[in-house]
Amino acid sequence: MEFWVGQTLNGLSFGALLFLLASGLSLMFGLMRIVNIAIGSYYLIGAYVALSALKFSGQLGLALLGAVAAVALIGVGMQRFLLARFHAEPQPQVLLTMGAAFMFADIALWLWGGDPQRLPTPRMVAFSVEIGPSVFPAYRLVVIAVGVLVYLFLWLIQERTRLGAIVRAAVDDQEMARGLGINVGRILTAMFAVGAGLAALAGVVGGPFLGVYPGADFEVIPLAFAVVIIGGLGSLHGALAGSLLVGLVDNFGKALFPELSYFTLFLPMALVLAIRPTGLFGKG
Amino acid sequence: MSSLRSVLRVLRPVALAALAAAFLVVPRIVPVYFVHLLILTLVYGTMAMSLDLLMGYTGLVSFGHAAYFGVGGYTVGILALRYGLPTLAAGVGGVLVAFVQALLFGLVALRATAVYFLIITLALGMATWGLAYRWVSLTGGDNGLAGIPPPEVGLPWSLSDPTNLYYLILGVVVLAALVLYRFVRSPFGLSLRGIRESESRMRVLGYNTWAHKYVAFVVAGTFSGLGGVLYVFYNGFVSPADVHLTGSAEAVLMVLLGGSGTLFGPVIGAGVVVFLRNLVSAYTHRWLLILGLVYVLTVLYAPRGILGAAQELWRRLERAVVREAEPRAEVRPIEEVAPQQNPTGGEESV
Repeated sequence: MEFWVGQTLNGLSFGALLFLLASGLSLMFGLMRIVNIAIGSYYLIGAYVALSALKFSGQLGLALLGAVAAVALIGVGMQRFLLARFHAEPQPQVLLTMGAAFMFADIALWLWGGDPQRLPTPRMVAFSVEIGPSVFPAYRLVVIAVGVLVYLFLWLIQERTRLGAIVRAAVDDQEMARGLGINVGRILTAMFAVGAGLAALAGVVGGPFLGVYPGADFEVIPLAFAVVIIGGLGSLHGALAGSLLVGLVDNFGKALFPELSYFTLFLPMALVLAIRPTGLFGKG
Repeated sequence: MSSLRSVLRVLRPVALAALAAAFLVVPRIVPVYFVHLLILTLVYGTMAMSLDLLMGYTGLVSFGHAAYFGVGGYTVGILALRYGLPTLAAGVGGVLVAFVQALLFGLVALRATAVYFLIITLALGMATWGLAYRWVSLTGGDNGLAGIPPPEVGLPWSLSDPTNLYYLILGVVVLAALVLYRFVRSPFGLSLRGIRESESRMRVLGYNTWAHKYVAFVVAGTFSGLGGVLYVFYNGFVSPADVHLTGSAEAVLMVLLGGSGTLFGPVIGAGVVVFLRNLVSAYTHRWLLILGLVYVLTVLYAPRGILGAAQELWRRLERAVVREAEPRAEVRPIEEVAPQQNPTGGEESV
């Protein structure tokens, strides 16, 4: 019993983290049809920038803001200078983001070295709580809360605000949106910044319990991709459902079959694809 | 003018023969280090050629092609080290397991198209990497499998000598290249190109496009596995790094550099990547940075690759020659000339 409760909570907190990454990926895809392989780099660089900013300022909040802002800027730069010239050509875009991911990985190794590091857990939540029979670090609950908050925030913006309506209009029919006087180019850039920022947020939030090390960028990519394959690209609900599933499967896989851990993702992915090739919430 | 034309006609086989001669003679005269690089070019070239089957001919970009390469290699290592199987049996086993893997992965990956296909193959490739990395009792985990014995196929020459092994590998790779060449030139290969151009049209014409893509996928995976088998026989060592996304991405770059849809171009691409990597690592550890940079530059400035650009040049040259020869055709009535005026029409670009 203890095992199941503990592992479920672990899985949920990891799922919450994956949601941040996958919703960022989905946002970029929804508008621009770009599958951004550099999303893992945003995640890792976010965590590294937070580490440096923390060393410099001593303020965790500042470090978080700095990391999100810096990575959002990187994302905007990539969108403006690399990707925008390949409008609606997914293949070169993906290849470019792959090249960028390699360059980011090497630059990060250059700047921050190869030793694994760890972001500190915020002191306010550095204690454990008892849930039924098991003891659980409070920080993991915070991660789940962050995931839920971001989901609600994105959902409210998307469904209930004028900005959300504009974005939805641009997703559904770019030309028409342009015709209505919406500056689609600016929205694309803004969404890219938000997506990159979310990935950086994931890196900072995950830093205290997953660690920050070279190679983490390429390790989270398949997980984030599995989420969007299962949930469907471009869908917020899909990103949520996919992250919870992948978080749980990955966690139980690690606990039950440690030698096959990474591979256990294969099964849910194959199952979902067999039934719905565009994912649970994908639009085809 | 027609002399220039005949020169062009002779030039192609001459170039091919020169290339073949170079592959045969060069290892005899260059230092052993270059033989090492040439062997790597051949084994990675096999992987790249097989990927071109998907990328260039079927229009499916796979970002997990190192998975079959790695599984072929790992199978050889496991069979040879743990079960003491002889070279030939272990090699056949490696290709077979890669074949079965492609059968399985193809079922999943081909549920999707376009960008979805790409991210699924990437995820499948990394899942395979996870297997190599974490299944320590079988694969040796991060340490990989070391000490895989050099091949022994009953030849009178010792295959632990790199030059002898080079010729064996060259023979196998040339054979594989010929099979792949027959494959893409066959009516089946043409139907793959049809799918690349317009899958819906091919479906309307009555082709079972899924089955065609599936066969291409399995053949590509199997030949990538063959590359991995040869690689491990030469290298004597296989590790998770050989299955990693970096390897798959390098394979894509080889195809891009060489020119996708040219089959032999990717071997040149493989050579460029192999030589570049060794050149770079002599001076700096920043290979990933260079790899990323080459990636970006290729996509931005040479999207058709080296051989693609060469073919374009060739076609222009040919067109120029034909145009020079044209005046003689002037006296003919226009109806007869018309079909000849466009010698490089759709057929060749397909």
